[in-house]
Amino acid sequence: MTDHFDAIVVGAGPSGNAAAYVMAKAGLSVLQIDRGEYPGSKNVQGAILYSDALERIIPDFRDSAPLERHVVEQRFWMLSEKSHTGAQYRSDDFNEEKPNRYTILRAQFDKWFSKQVRAAGAILITETTVKDLVKNDAGKVIGVLTDREGGPIFADVVVLAEGVNGVVGQRAGLRPEIKPNHVALAVKETHFLPEETIRERFNLAGEEDGVVIEVIGSVSSGMVGTGFLYTNKESISIGVGCILSDFAQTRVPPYELLDRFKRHPSVAPLLKGAEMKEYVAHLIPEGGYDAIPTLTGDGWLIVGDAGQFVNAVHREGSNLAMTSGRLAAESLIQLKAEGKPVTNENLKLYRDKLADSFVMKDLKKYRKVPHLLERNRQLLTTYPSALNRAFQSFLRVDGVDKRTKEAEALRDLKKARGGWLRMASDLFKVARAWR
Amino acid sequence: MTDKKDKPAPKMEERLYQNRYQVDEGRSHVQIHQQNKGDSPELQAMTDLCPAGCYRLNEAGRVEVVADGCMECGSCRIVCQSTGEIEWSYPRGGYGILFKFG
Repeated sequence: MTDHFDAIVVGAGPSGNAAAYVMAKAGLSVLQIDRGEYPGSKNVQGAILYSDALERIIPDFRDSAPLERHVVEQRFWMLSEKSHTGAQYRSDDFNEEKPNRYTILRAQFDKWFSKQVRAAGAILITETTVKDLVKNDAGKVIGVLTDREGGPIFADVVVLAEGVNGVVGQRAGLRPEIKPNHVALAVKETHFLPEETIRERFNLAGEEDGVVIEVIGSVSSGMVGTGFLYTNKESISIGVGCILSDFAQTRVPPYELLDRFKRHPSVAPLLKGAEMKEYVAHLIPEGGYDAIPTLTGDGWLIVGDAGQFVNAVHREGSNLAMTSGRLAAESLIQLKAEGKPVTNENLKLYRDKLADSFVMKDLKKYRKVPHLLERNRQLLTTYPSALNRAFQSFLRVDGVDKRTKEAEALRDLKKARGGWLRMASDLFKVARAWR
Repeated sequence: MTDKKDKPAPKMEERLYQNRYQVDEGRSHVQIHQQNKGDSPELQAMTDLCPAGCYRLNEAGRVEVVADGCMECGSCRIVCQSTGEIEWSYPRGGYGILFKFG
């Protein structure tokens, strides 16, 4: 093994794989280091794969990637204790030749992605934890130290794709410690059912079609959080995540929250008879635009979750990860072609590409949302439960006239929120955070 | 949502039973540095917060950690960063949780 590479990539998740693949494909010498037994064995996601981001890297990925189901229907549920009010969108247009979103199992998908990275020419070492970065006297990052025997490994640039809980960048003083209100703690279980059972329960035409359910309301027990349920081919991924500082404050055990969600009368029948085969926990960066750390420096840059690149409102992350990895790689390829060193100044190229992409544009658009929800928990509690009560009253035929029912529903909502003025203020705040 | 009428939740051991681990015997990657003045509220919260139930109160009422079931989420590291009670690093390469599905 040569002891000097064009690039060392720390981590083999979506961002690290995207960066390593694009650089290796362009002929750069790339060393990728992952601490898992195989790439994917340390990685967790819901998980939805967004085709567009991957297509721009591997156009024919559908030919060989392990995909579960493509999403033909999305449901949004507002949960209260025994009810849910929902909206759903389903379209046969999603049954296209090249579907737009797929459910995946990350352990399998990442293994596949890594195989493509190696085929493109990158060298991968697994079961190896990067302990620290090596800097020269001028403070430029010039390599990494691992827990393997042997000295440091050197490169022109270190790409930190180490994930939300990555500690290498923090230990080297490149990025600040994550704040408990900037991450969500999510727990998830994978429940297995026969393929036909999933098809029938979710009203699906074939084994390729899938449903995604995103949930707010009582699922987070008053904390800022959401729940989800995704259909895989022969399993269902069900999980719930809330802001870590909320968990610390309420001391609700996360697995109890998940158990309550699973027992909810709207959810339990979907899981009936299933066999749980894995229970996982992971953090999700949800601090948004204002939580993004410094992304570049002399000899290093950050991609993926380590950069807080998650659009929490739209539940997107893996696409932001892959896109940031690709843009970083394209920037580094260009610098090499122009014979320019990887300095913070020259990495403006990467920062500009990011700023010009949907990654930063979307994060910027929703920059006020994390703060809004942190300060206005009623948006996730009061309104979903009032809405559920209103629907029940509206649908229950009991001799009470409709005008009275309408008046009661409005009175109930007003009482729950403490007046019309507060509701108007809520509406204004949401609109302002959304625009 | 009340839990009273519901059947008891599965024990943590049952929940983690299906998970795959390569435990690095004798090398816990999470350590507690006890403070003389007692455990901080943050550390105490970990007894409820840790998704793998790694934190428990001992007979003396102090918080202890057994990290064999750890899923390496890092919640304790981040919640207790300001108190300095937790020393946290990733397990050696190849050890720790090995997700089957992730």
